[in-house]
Order: sequence, then structure tokens, then C-alpha cells
Amino acid sequence: MTAFIGRRLVSMVFTMVLVSIVGFIIINLPPGTYLDVYRAQLMVQGTSTADQQIQALEKRYALDKPVYYQYVKWISGFVRGDFGRSFQYNREVKELVWNRMGFTVVVSIASLLFSWLIALPIGIYSATHKYSFGDNIFTFFSFIGLSVPSFLVALVLMVVSSRVFGASVGGLFSRAYQDAPWSWAKFVDFLQHLWIPVIVVGMSGTAGLVRMMRGNLLDILNMQYVQTARAKGLSENIVIYKHAVRNALHPLVMSLGMSLPGIISGSTVVSIVLSLPTTGPLYFNALRSQDMFLAGTFLVFMAVMLVVGNFLADIALAVVDPRIRYE
Amino acid sequence: MTDITMQIETPTETPEIPVDQERGSLTQGQLIWRRFLKNRLAVAGGIVILLFYVIMVVFPGFFGTYNYNTQREDAIYAPPQLPQWRDEEGKFHLRPFVYGLETELDFASFEWVHIVDKSKKYPVYFITRGEEYRLFGLFRTNIHLFGVEPPGTFFLFGTDDLGRDLFSRVLQGGQISLTVGLVGVILTIILGSVLGTISGYYGGVMDNIIQRIVELMMSFPDIPLWAALAAALPPEWSPAKTFFAISVILSLRNWTGLARQVRAKVLAYREEDYAVAAQAMGASDRRIILIHMLPNAASHIIVIATLSIPGMILAETSLSFLGLGIQPPIVSWGVLLQQAQQVSVVLERPWLLLPGFFVVLAVLSFNFLGDGIRDAADPYSN
Repeated sequence: MTAFIGRRLVSMVFTMVLVSIVGFIIINLPPGTYLDVYRAQLMVQGTSTADQQIQALEKRYALDKPVYYQYVKWISGFVRGDFGRSFQYNREVKELVWNRMGFTVVVSIASLLFSWLIALPIGIYSATHKYSFGDNIFTFFSFIGLSVPSFLVALVLMVVSSRVFGASVGGLFSRAYQDAPWSWAKFVDFLQHLWIPVIVVGMSGTAGLVRMMRGNLLDILNMQYVQTARAKGLSENIVIYKHAVRNALHPLVMSLGMSLPGIISGSTVVSIVLSLPTTGPLYFNALRSQDMFLAGTFLVFMAVMLVVGNFLADIALAVVDPRIRYE
Repeated sequence: MTDITMQIETPTETPEIPVDQERGSLTQGQLIWRRFLKNRLAVAGGIVILLFYVIMVVFPGFFGTYNYNTQREDAIYAPPQLPQWRDEEGKFHLRPFVYGLETELDFASFEWVHIVDKSKKYPVYFITRGEEYRLFGLFRTNIHLFGVEPPGTFFLFGTDDLGRDLFSRVLQGGQISLTVGLVGVILTIILGSVLGTISGYYGGVMDNIIQRIVELMMSFPDIPLWAALAAALPPEWSPAKTFFAISVILSLRNWTGLARQVRAKVLAYREEDYAVAAQAMGASDRRIILIHMLPNAASHIIVIATLSIPGMILAETSLSFLGLGIQPPIVSWGVLLQQAQQVSVVLERPWLLLPGFFVVLAVLSFNFLGDGIRDAADPYSN
């Protein structure tokens, strides 16, 4: 087991290095840098010291040096937790991302919990009542859930809720509490706004999970050891929950690992539509304005989370499933 | 030597076995087709897809009422006009008609308001001449499936902020949205099966390199990666170039999954007796791959391809919705939905959400179709 973890760790570090290089290349793909945009801005303002300012900035970010030098400078900071500065906001990337991380994690984890709590019972029900009326209904709705773009759900829910409740929707707070310090009333207000993003973000995940759980459980229920358990005279509940469901959960561990980057990115598209103060819209703006340190840090950070998530899932699987060989 | 090969290759005469039921004489393809037809949802999905491709990809100009880019200052945000069969006196008309639309400036809000004028009726004509468009992008023609005589207007889905007919735009947008998925899937199949086969068949260093690339591509979460690549497209590129680039970007991450699966299949087939036999008979690698392995993996590849099209359509829609995908004046469903970005706009003009309905319908149909093909192609399913 230790050797297995060690081997996986080595390959993980190797992948991370490659990921950071590729991420840096992707972010540097667009012709020109943010400085070109900035220079144009300064020109419009008619600043006479524009060239000097630009040169100073170029020097500071080593933009006058070759690309590999920039990469080494950036990645060596990355390891120390210094991600560079955002051009657009003129602030530390770390600070910007950190400010939004709290809400992002709350929304993501809430929607993750939501989708798992809903999906697992439905998946189990669907598999144990295959082709029954209820199963058909759930199957139909999970197909719909897989087919509706999440931003469309967000839009429709916002329209419906503002028609029905007449309240302003979007964001995580009402205007009155936007800048207010935390209080009980603000917390209640927060919860009132939380449900829309949680449902919207959770929904597409729920549909996929239901399909997966149903399929896995159906496969397992055909296994001989389930038949044996029934033949032994065990009650149906024990057969299903102790023997079948436990084993059907294994593939889901993998998908839990893959949802790790989603926790820090939130759902980008939905967050933009709902104007949530999460990291997704920040990343998106950074991409559009070629704010390369912000965008690059975020892209690589998410990839690293995915690699770590897969690593954790592998280990978790090896722990829960004794059939997995470490070779 | 050649004699021996000839002998082995000629099929040995099988003794006549009386076929007592039709089923025994069906080929594998016919069996798959039968199983597929039994799945009603899959068949329905297939029919919808077929209709979508004929109407939107092949003949969007003909089925649309107007040219999708014609702007009308007097019809900004006009609501949908539904065809009527019964007039206000309750009289039934065999030929449907639409009421006239009066446009006035509301001096309080300085917005155009549209009032249905029931005194004017415009009959709907079929196979009629209207605005000019290009058939297949080549021939100029002006024949539309249906339309009304000017000054009457027929906006089935209403109009957008520039007074363009939304129905015609939805059809035109479908052409792009549905093709992006198709082009992306073709690229996915080519990349995935070629690299997957090489990886599985030859193994060794090539296998190692390809698998590391696959792992690397899989290490990036999809939407952020697509967004980053799409943002890197130079804005001065022509719309056609951007369109193709978007398809490439979408398939760039998608082929990895297919490559893995094809590799696993090829690895398994390589050990099969028929592959070993072919090798022993001196068949070239190319022959073994093309004649013995790929046809075996074909059903698998087709299933994965069908199931990955909806994901691509959704991705294109999301990217274009955010302004990172297809760029106007080219329209796609995502571009059309950009108009519905603000809730306040949608509240007053709910018809702007209609393109979303088509996205859902297309994706749903592809999901049903793919599921049906998967179940039908699996010889062990009941």
C-alpha cells in the first residue's frame, strides 16, 4: 500500500509539473498581453509618462524576458504561495481569489451535498424498482436534467421566482445586506438566496449521479453473491443495503474525486448568470481581459485540484475496495 | 506457401442446418436494428434528430419565414404571432391567418409597443416567395415554406432587439450548433481511434507517450479549459475559421476518453485467436488493424461518439452564451440566448428563451438516441 501511494505520488507530481507548463502556455496563447490593453488606456487618457510606466511594469513582471524565464519565475512563486499580481485589479492574485473562495466553497459543497442526498436514494429506488412507474418517471427527469444547460435552468428559475415572489433574485444577498456586517438577519437572507444556486448547480450533477447509481446497482444486483445472500434467507433490506449498495458506491468515489476542482471554481456559467460572488466569474473576466496571472493561476489551480482529487479517489478506492490490486 | 494461405482463407463448407426460425438467419446488423426499433424513446430521438438536421442544417432558409439577418426598426421586440384558424366571430378558416401588428412609440418609456390589430388579417401562404437567401450558401432563391404578404408580418417566435425574426434565427442557429457537434465528433473519432489503436496495438514508447498526453488533457476540468482556449482565439479571425476552431477545441479534450476505450479494446483483441492467426499468416499490421480490429470496435466507437455530441452542443451553447464561442453575425443557439442574459429582459420578453427549448430538445434526443444505440449494439443485453 505504501509503495502504491508512493508511486502514485511521484506520477502525480510529474503530472502537476506538466499541467502547469501546459496551463501557462494556454494562458500565453493570445497575441499581446494585458499591457497592450493598458497602454491603449493610458494613450486615451493622454498620460505623458505612458512608456515609462509600461516599461516599469514590464520589468516588474519580467515580460521583457523570454517565456521560459517568465514561467520559472511564476511557478517558483506558485510553490511559495505567491501567485503574482492581477493587472486588471492591481491586487495580489491570492487576495482576489481568497476573497471569493469562502462563498464558492459554501455554494459548491451545499450543491454537492444536495445532489448526493437526492441522487443516491433515487438511484437505489430506480434500480430496485426497475421499469416501474416511479423508475420511468425518475429516468425521464434525469434525462431532462442531463439535457438542460445549467444556465438555462438558472434563467428560468430566476424568472419564475421573481414572478412568483416578486423579489429580486441573483447574488447571494439582498441589497440591504450587501455590505452589512454578519448578523442573524443577514444569515437568514443569505440562506434565502442560497437555494437557487444550490438547486441549479446541483441539478445537472444529480441527473448524472442518478443514472450512474442506477446502472451500477443494476449490475451488482445481477451478481451471484447477491443471489447467495438472498438464498441464505437474509432480509431484502440487508441484501440491498449491506451487500449491493456498498459495492455499487465504488465507482461514485471516483466521480467524487473528479468533482474536487468544481468546489473551488463553482459553476462558472451559472455563477455569471446568477451574479454570484464566486471565483468562476473572476476567472472568466480574467480570460477576457488577458489578465494572465489571475487566469493562469486559476486554470492551473483547478487542474491541480483535479489531479489531487483523482489521487485521493484512487487511495480511497484502494481502501474501501479490497479487490483492487496495487500493481 | 501461397497455396496453403489460399486454403486457409477459403471458408470451409458448413453443412446445411435447417433454420427453424427467422431469427437464426439474421445478421448481426439486422439484430441490432431490431433491438433498436424496440426502444421507442431512441427511435423518437432519432426521428427528431433527423428532422432537425434536414430542417436546420440543410434547408434553414427555406423553412425560415424571413432572412435571419434582416433588421426591422418597426418591429423591435415584437411578440410571437401565432397562426389563427378561427376569427373573432368564431368562423373557421381552412387557411390560417395572422393578425396585423401595429407599432407605437410609448412616450412614457420611449419604447416601441406592439398592439395586435384584429381588423387586419393576413392569410398564410405555403411555398411562397419572400426574402432572398442562399440555398446551401450558393444559390440565391426566395422560396420559403410559408409566409404572409407584406405589409403583414409573421413572426412565429417574435423578434429580437434589432427586429430580426427569431424563428428564422433559431433555424439558422441550429445549423451552426448542430454542425459544431458533428464536426467535433468526427475529429474526436479520428483522433481517438487512430491514437487509441496505435497506443494499444504497438504499445511501448508510443503507448506511454500517448497515455501521458491523455492523462495531461484529462487533468484540466472541461469548461475552464474550453473557455481558456476559446478566449485565445484571435478576434480578427473570420467567423468560419472561429467556428472550425471551436469544434477543434471541443474535440481536443473529448478524444482522450475515446482513445482510452479504443486502446482497451485493441489490447483485448490483440490476444484473440483470430488476430494471432492473422499475424501468423503474415498479414500486415495495417491489414490486422483495418480489417480485424477497427470493425470490431466500430459499434463501440459509434456509441461513444453519439453520446458525446450532446455534451459538445451544450458546451458550444454555454461558451457562445458567455461570448467566448461563436461570434455574431454568425448565429448559434448560444448566441441567440445571449439576448436572454438579463432577467429583466426575459421577464418582459419571455420568447427570447425559445432557442433554449431547441437546445434541450436536440440534446435530449441525442441522449435517447445514444442510449438506444448502446443498448442495441450490446449483444448481451436483452
